[in-house]
Amino acid sequence: MKLREIAHSRTGDKGNISNISVIAFDERDYPKLVEQVTSERVAEHFLGIVTGPVTRYEMPNVGALNFVLEGALSGGVTRALTLDAHGKSLSSLMLELEVQQSRAATNGRTVSNKTDVALHN
Amino acid sequence: MRTIRIGSGAGYSGDRIEPAVELAEKGELDYLVFECLAERTIALAQQVKLKDPSAGYDPLLAARMRAVLPICVKNKIKIVTNMGAANPLAAAEATRKIARELGLSGLEVAAVTGDDVLDYLREHDVALDNGETIASLGNRVVSANAYIGVRPIVEALSRGADVVITGRAGDPAIFMAPLIREFAWALDDWTKLGRGTLVGHLLECAGQVTGGYFADPGVKDVADLARLGFPIGEVSEDGELVVTKVAGSGGQVTARTVKEQLLYEIHDPRRYFQPDVVADFSQVRVEEVGPDRVRVSGGRGAPKTGLLKTSVGYIDSYVGEGQISYAGPNALARARLAIEIVRERLQLTGVETTEMRFDLIGVDSLHGPARSRDGDPYEVRIRVVGRADSLDEARRIGNEVETLYTNGPAAGGGAWKSAREIVAVASALIPESAVHTAVSVEEA
Repeated sequence: MKLREIAHSRTGDKGNISNISVIAFDERDYPKLVEQVTSERVAEHFLGIVTGPVTRYEMPNVGALNFVLEGALSGGVTRALTLDAHGKSLSSLMLELEVQQSRAATNGRTVSNKTDVALHN
Repeated sequence: MRTIRIGSGAGYSGDRIEPAVELAEKGELDYLVFECLAERTIALAQQVKLKDPSAGYDPLLAARMRAVLPICVKNKIKIVTNMGAANPLAAAEATRKIARELGLSGLEVAAVTGDDVLDYLREHDVALDNGETIASLGNRVVSANAYIGVRPIVEALSRGADVVITGRAGDPAIFMAPLIREFAWALDDWTKLGRGTLVGHLLECAGQVTGGYFADPGVKDVADLARLGFPIGEVSEDGELVVTKVAGSGGQVTARTVKEQLLYEIHDPRRYFQPDVVADFSQVRVEEVGPDRVRVSGGRGAPKTGLLKTSVGYIDSYVGEGQISYAGPNALARARLAIEIVRERLQLTGVETTEMRFDLIGVDSLHGPARSRDGDPYEVRIRVVGRADSLDEARRIGNEVETLYTNGPAAGGGAWKSAREIVAVASALIPESAVHTAVSVEEA
């Protein structure tokens, strides 16, 4: 399934850096985000857009991750030639990321039969 | 415990005005704050001021003040805003003039100055984050403004100002200054300043915390966005916050809308650098305590760095652009042909550019070609944009798109072109001690 099934997201910009939040609709899904939405996967997902490192900050207090993508705005909001110079639409790309239903499925352990908690939406 | 209510009347310079009026009328506010300065705004305002010394403040200042001043006076609401942009003194004078016209003489209007640090930067040839220095940019530099902290704003309020107008200030600072004034928080009480920063951070983009910029039909539905209410922060003496809005206004305040704004434009949540404090949002709790009421607690802070971020506006380049649309059978192929023609024309006619970009809007313009779904779009718009060293050269780019009307592929429509000067922004850090703010309070 797509990340948008379990999380929402907003993009912010500072110079040539984009930050993209990934917030669990249900905080019980937060461990799944931590496990599956890694900075490596995000860097790969944003291939061709981000030119620098991707850093992930964990915020268990609100069930959210914050990704900081350096060099993601084609030189920066104030001079980029891109149509979406702020990178506002990058949160929508983030939500396209594929995640797996079962937490255990991604790290090689036995796939759990436990179903995921009901989604709010 | 005593609380004060702060309304956020604008999330950016061009924002809607009626929600601010609604807040002033029905929000039971103590303060109404307008945050209107984006990164580049002040540089553009400085260019205006160079042509007209009585201009260079927010273009909507007069409309906003006319709309809210009578209500704010009646309801005893004080106003704090950075609408002064490059010229807070002129903005204050314009506000006093409007106050007199509205029969509100006696209104105390303050201007906070000192954020303009261009002289200091020139004197010390400060290095910028884009690899340039002030000297290397030479006469391309337009402006340099430091993000100042709460101190002069608190001073203005203490001296009886009803309206405080600043230029560049830390966005959260214009919300936190009223808290410091009302609750007499010490300027080294880092926990309180961390919480005050959190208040400002959540409120400063106005509608972005009340359900604006949140809706996704069928997934995240928000009612009545055309009448979106702007936020109110109810802040207690210990810095606890409840975010809410005027009952009956559009939008929603939920844990989700607040969380999206909590992380907006944040990097490391433990270190959100502001002029007055390094705020820490890593322990913040967000809980719904009623309909459209969300409590936010747990903000913390660490001592300020003593350095102020400074934004330097400079003339970077000139950008020319052209667009034209194609629809129906084979639209994508005609659009691609159009791009190839423009590419070749720019070479044939010797247009000198330093950077070019060719987009197919509807196909690859936002996130590149790999992510589009299979199949031809019914319609597609080409966008050709390039950077040049002069405005005349930049104009030639859009011209080569426009001439597709009579010389390009079949049925291109809606051609549009533009050429513009690009004022870009770079930043630097300077010591707080280099910035000398001043406050002037005058009666209308």
